[in-house]
Amino acid sequence: MSAKFDFSVNGKAVSVSPASEETPLLAILRGVLGLMGTRFGCGLEQCGCCMVLIDGSPEKSCAKPVWSVAGKKITTVEGLGTAERPHPLQQAFLDEQAGQCGYCLSGIIITAKALIDRNPQPTRAEIAEALDGNICRCGSHNRILRAVAKAAAAMREPSR
Amino acid sequence: MNAPVLPGPLNDNPSLARWVSFPSQGKVTVCTGRVEFGQGVLTAMAQIAAEELDVAMERIAVSSGDTELTPNEGYTAGSMSMQAGGVALRQACAEVRSAFLAQAAKVLGCKASELSIRDGSVLRNGASTGQDYWTLNGAVDLTVKASGLAPRKPVADFKTIGTSRARLDLPGKIFGTPSFIHDMKLDGMKHARVVRQPSRGAKITSVDEAAIRRVAKAPISFVRSGNFLAIVGDNEGAVVAAAVAALDHVTWQNVEAPTPTQQEAAWLLQRPALDRIIGAPEAADAQGRQRFEATYTKPYLAHASISPSCGLALYDDGHLTVWTHCQGVFPLRGALSRTLKLDPAAITVHHVQGAGCYGHNGADDAAADAAITAMQMPGTPVRVCWRRVEEFVYEPKGSAMVVKVRALVDEAGKPTDWTAEIWSGTHQGRPGGGAPLLGGEALPDPLPLPAPSDVPEANGGGATRNAEPLYDIPAKRIIHHLVPETPVRVSSLRGLGAMANVFALECCIDELGERAGQDPVAYRLSITADPRARAVIEKAAAMANWKAAEAGGAGHGRGIAFARYKNKAGYAAVVVALDVDEEIRLRHVWCAADAGLVVNPDGVLNQIEGGIIQSASWVLKEQVRFDSGVTSLDWETYPVLKFSEVPEIDIELVNTKDEAPLGIGEVTAGPTAAAIGNAVSHALGTRIRDLPLTRERTMAALLKE
Repeated sequence: MSAKFDFSVNGKAVSVSPASEETPLLAILRGVLGLMGTRFGCGLEQCGCCMVLIDGSPEKSCAKPVWSVAGKKITTVEGLGTAERPHPLQQAFLDEQAGQCGYCLSGIIITAKALIDRNPQPTRAEIAEALDGNICRCGSHNRILRAVAKAAAAMREPSR
Repeated sequence: MNAPVLPGPLNDNPSLARWVSFPSQGKVTVCTGRVEFGQGVLTAMAQIAAEELDVAMERIAVSSGDTELTPNEGYTAGSMSMQAGGVALRQACAEVRSAFLAQAAKVLGCKASELSIRDGSVLRNGASTGQDYWTLNGAVDLTVKASGLAPRKPVADFKTIGTSRARLDLPGKIFGTPSFIHDMKLDGMKHARVVRQPSRGAKITSVDEAAIRRVAKAPISFVRSGNFLAIVGDNEGAVVAAAVAALDHVTWQNVEAPTPTQQEAAWLLQRPALDRIIGAPEAADAQGRQRFEATYTKPYLAHASISPSCGLALYDDGHLTVWTHCQGVFPLRGALSRTLKLDPAAITVHHVQGAGCYGHNGADDAAADAAITAMQMPGTPVRVCWRRVEEFVYEPKGSAMVVKVRALVDEAGKPTDWTAEIWSGTHQGRPGGGAPLLGGEALPDPLPLPAPSDVPEANGGGATRNAEPLYDIPAKRIIHHLVPETPVRVSSLRGLGAMANVFALECCIDELGERAGQDPVAYRLSITADPRARAVIEKAAAMANWKAAEAGGAGHGRGIAFARYKNKAGYAAVVVALDVDEEIRLRHVWCAADAGLVVNPDGVLNQIEGGIIQSASWVLKEQVRFDSGVTSLDWETYPVLKFSEVPEIDIELVNTKDEAPLGIGEVTAGPTAAAIGNAVSHALGTRIRDLPLTRERTMAALLKE
C-alpha cells in the first residue's frame, strides 16, 4: 500500500498515492492531476520550466519529492488566471507579446509572481537577477523584462 | 507567351484546395506546409490569407505540417517561410478570391470588375449582394490548379499585412493550457526511452535486464531490434530510472568517444576533405598590392532547445501514425519509410508544436525512436521524450569551422581580391537529405550513409553560406574543404555557415579598415554600392550615435558588422557597445534591418531580437566540449546567456513596403557575432579570432597587450 500525501494545488485540496514517495511533484502535476502548464525542461533543477510556488516561494518541481510538499500550498500557472480573467502578469505578457516558443513562460511567470509579491517595484536589474534561474533559449528576454515591470506597475495601482 | 511562373511551393502543390477551404459558414481553413516553433509563422500566414481573401483574421484557422492535409513544403528552414511559403500562400489566396469573384459574377449576371469582397461577403459597387464565400462554395472547384494569373492585391492597399498582430499561439502558452507535443496523451499510451548507441556502429554485447528491472521498481519491458534497445512501461518515472540504470548495465563494443583535441575547430585542418573552389583561382601575381591573412574559428554548438525532443507513434492495422515537432513532416515520412521499409502511403505524420529548435535538433530522431518502438507493439501508442543529457549528447551539432581569409589590398587600402578558405563538417545532416535517423542506425540492417554533401549554393550553401562578401571586390572566391567525418554528428544550426563566415569576413573588414586608417562605418560604405546595404549600415550607425574614429580602450568598445543573409535574403547591420574587464558585458545593441515586405512587424522584431541574443550567447559562452565523450551535458556544463547578461536592444526596420518579403530569422546570427568581435577588439586594442570569447581568451589577449 503506497503512502498518501495531501496538499493543495491552486486552492483545491488534493490527495495522491504515488508508487514512490520520491515521485517528483512535477510528475504528479502533469501525470496525475493533468495540469500541463508546468513544463518538463531538464529534470535537473536547472532551467526553471517547472517552477511552481510552494507556500508562496518559487521552487523547481522537477526533482522535488512529493513527500516534501505534504500539507503545503502549491500554485501553478493555471492558478494565476485564465483567458477570461487573466492575472496582470499574464495580461502584461500578452500585451508585450513576451515570448517566442513559450515553453519557458509558465516557469518565468511563476518566478515573476514571487518577485513582485516580495518586491512590488522591481528595477530591470532586479527582475533580471530574479529570472537568472530561468532559461529562455529563443531570446525573448527583453520583452519578458518589460512585461514583468509592466505587470508590477499594474499591480501597484490602488484599483487592484 | 510563356506561362506565368508560380511561386515554388505553389508550383509543387498547385491544387488550390491544398491551401484554402471553407469548411463551414463563416469559417476559413488555410493550410501551410510551414510549421510553428515560436517564430510566429502561423500568425503571419493568417494575416496573408486575411489580406488576399478579404476576410477577418478571426475567421481563419491555420492548419500546418500534416502529411494528410497540408501542402508539402519540405522543411521549415532557411528563413524561407515568408520569402517562399508566404508568397505561395498569397498567390493561392489571390487565385481563390478570383475564382469566387468569377462565380459570383456568373450568379449575379454582372462583370467581376463590379464586384469586391468585404470580410468574405461579395459586394456589387459597394452594395451587399447576399453572396459570400460560403454561399458560393459548392459551385467553385478549388481542386483546379493555380494559374499564376490572378492579380495579387497591391501593397498600397494592404490593411492586415504590415500591421502588428498578436500571436495566435501565445495565449495558450501563457495560460498554461496544453500546447506542446509533450502535453499529448493517447489512450493506452506507454512511455519509452531508448538506450542509445554510445557512438555510430557500436554493438550491444550484454544487457543485464534483471539489474535494470530492480532499479525501475515498476513493470517495464524491453524492445530490442539489433542494437536498438528501448525500455517501455506505463510509469514514466520508472522507465526513465531504468534508462539511466541501463547506462551501467548494458555493455557495448566498437565504441569511439570524441577527445578534447577533436573539440577544437583546428582539428578539422588535419582531416581528409573533399575540396572545391567556387570562383576563379587566386591570382599568382600580387605585385604592388598588400596581402592580409587571418584565421578565425568557431566551435561545435548545440541547438540546446529548452524542451527535450519528443515523439509519439502508433502502429495499428498496418498504418503508422507519428506525431512530431520536427521541421518537415514530409521528409520525415520519407525517412521513416526507408528506415522501416514501409510504403509512405502507410505512414501519416502530424506536426505538433515543441519548443524553439533553431535548426535540425533531435526532434526527427525522437519521432523515429517512437516509431521503431511502436512497430514492435502494434495497437499501443508509444511516447518517447529524451532525457536532458541525451538531448545534449545526441542532438546533431552545428559544425565547428575554420575560416581563413586572404585579401589583397590596393594603395587606397581597399580589397581587390578576396579568398575565404573554409574547413567544416556538413550543415546538411537532415534525414530528408538521406542521413540516417539515429535509432535507424541501430537497426539490424541500417541504411547506408549517403555520400558526403553540403547544402547547395543555389539554396544559400552550407559551410559556404555568406563566405562571399557582398562588398564591391573585383575578384572573390571560396575554397571549401568539406570534412566528411566529424567527431560528433553535425547538421543545420541557425544560420549554418553564415555565423562563422560573417564573423570572419566582417572582423577582417574591420582589420583592413584599421590598416587603411579608416573608420569601420566609412570603410564599409566606401566599398558598398548596394543601396539597401548602405541604408542599413547608415541607419544602424545613426541609431547608435556612431562617432567616426572614436577611441576605444579602457575597457569600453563598440563595433559594427553587416550582412545580407545568404546574399539574397534580409539585410542587417548590428552595432554593439560593450565593456571588458575580466568578462565581456554587453551594454547595448542596435540593429537596422531590411526584410523587404514585412507581414507582422512585431513578429519580425521578435525574431531579429531573438537572433541577436542567441548569437551573443554563442559568441560569449557556448562550445560543446568533449573528453571521452561529449561533456556538455546540461545547462551547467553548457551555459547560455542569462537574463542579467542580456543587453538592451533597439531595432528598426527599413523598406517594409517592398513587394517581396526577405527572410530574416537568421539574418543577425553573423553580424551580431562579428560586431561583438569588433567591439572587443576596439576595447582591448588586440583581436581575438577564436570563438567563444571566453574569459581565458580575453585575459590572454590582455596579457599579450
